Amino acid sequence: MMPLPYRVTGRRQETSDTATLILEPVRQPMAAARPGQFSMVYAFGVGEVPISVSGPPDADLVVHTLRAVGAVTRALHDARVGQVLGLRGPYGTDWGLPVPVGSDLVIVGGGIGLAPLRPAVYHALDQRARYRRVAVLIGARTPDDLLFTKEYDDWRAGGVEVGVTVDRADTTWAGRVGVVPDLITGLEFAPESTVALVCGPEVMMRFTARALLRRGVPPAAVRVSLERNMHCGTALCGHCQLGPLLLCRDGPVVGYDRAQPLTGVKEL
Amino acid sequence: MTATSYDLLAASAFLTGLSEGHLRQLSYTASRCVFRAGSRVFAEGGHADRFWLINAGRIDLDTHVPGRGDVVVETLGPGAVLGWSWLFPPYRWHFGAFAPQTTFAVSLDASGVRRLCERDPALGYQLTSRFVQVVVERLQATRMRLLDLYKVPS
Ligand SMILES: Cc1cc2nc3c(=O)[nH]c(=O)nc-3n(C[C@H](O)[C@H](O)[C@H](O)COP(=O)(O)OP(=O)(O)OC[C@H]3O[C@@H](n4cnc5c(N)ncnc54)[C@H](O)[C@@H]3O)c2cc1C
Repeated sequence: MMPLPYRVTGRRQETSDTATLILEPVRQPMAAARPGQFSMVYAFGVGEVPISVSGPPDADLVVHTLRAVGAVTRALHDARVGQVLGLRGPYGTDWGLPVPVGSDLVIVGGGIGLAPLRPAVYHALDQRARYRRVAVLIGARTPDDLLFTKEYDDWRAGGVEVGVTVDRADTTWAGRVGVVPDLITGLEFAPESTVALVCGPEVMMRFTARALLRRGVPPAAVRVSLERNMHCGTALCGHCQLGPLLLCRDGPVVGYDRAQPLTGVKEL
Repeated sequence: MTATSYDLLAASAFLTGLSEGHLRQLSYTASRCVFRAGSRVFAEGGHADRFWLINAGRIDLDTHVPGRGDVVVETLGPGAVLGWSWLFPPYRWHFGAFAPQTTFAVSLDASGVRRLCERDPALGYQLTSRFVQVVVERLQATRMRLLDLYKVPS
């Protein structure tokens, strides 16, 4: 339960309020996180929050991308290279990769929700021949809020279809305007052999899941990441209980067959 | 072999479930069309005399905002239907439409389709219910954007 000290060895400003930190263990490392899992990240003297791993599985290096929304995430966002943070984990369920050979993989991320999905994109690029079609659909508030934009061309070059849309844009934006579930309408995939990984605000996940279900994807094949507030990370405190689930242990990644009845449940 | 208007209508997801007879009737009002990259499909306020089923490419719906230029309010991609202002008087486009890239579509003549629907209420019902579905989906998408989901929580 004690956090392990990790030093910030790299920092990249992604957008005006979001940064990626590269962290290396000062002494003993945590086990490598599987795509979709999270760490409890401690800004000493401020507090501790759950943050998903946004880099490839690696025991010697942990990558987190975080958006400053409150006291703790602001302190973590502002961390400088050389600073030491505390990490516990990895915790929670993962995206369940690899999925069966020959599947279509549809990865849908809204806002900061693309961060927990990036390890799944790396997996798909690494094992591209394993899958039929791989699509990454990305939504954000404005073009300036899009994450990891420098990587999209590499993803495309690696055989991944990348669709991008924003809620609003000025005349300098040449891309699509609209919500991310709309990108599913024109996408070619075989619904019965598709696995979809979805992360973003809950309403966005609900609409995305509905669009996928309408196309015939089975509910259990739509995996969503329910990122409700957490405290202990170890299924002891009950802070993240959602219906029958303790999300730090039974989530964050849950099949939509289980998540659907729960997504309307308000915060505890 | 080049696909006929009938083939394109029969393959469109929007018209899935329509009888062969109805598809054939509609195909008499339909023609294939291409919008070159950078061309305007229609202007805001113009006469709404047709609608399109987009097969490939992209159409931006826009409106002119003084001081900001032509602001894109929504993008329609393959599988989407462009235009419903032809359904109701005064048959004027509420927004403009622009093709930022080469776009392939099937165009259907509005007055011809309206005549078919008046003669054959079953076809009218089939088409109207599909358009209502499209309008509902766009309304929901608009509501989602109104929620401003990605905004920093306060
Ligand atoms: C499993 C999991 C993985 C996460 N992964 C990431 C990640 O990779 N990157 C990232 O930036 N954030 C992630 N989060 C969200 C992050 O944990 C919260 O933003 C953080 O706890 C906020 O703490 P704070 O002290 O900075 O702000 P607080 O003062 O606690 O909260 C500030 C505002 O943010 C809202 N808020 C807090 N937590 C959440 C949440 N989970 N969902 C929606 N709104 C919330 C609060 O209601 C409040 O309005 C994840 C959350 C979970 C549960």
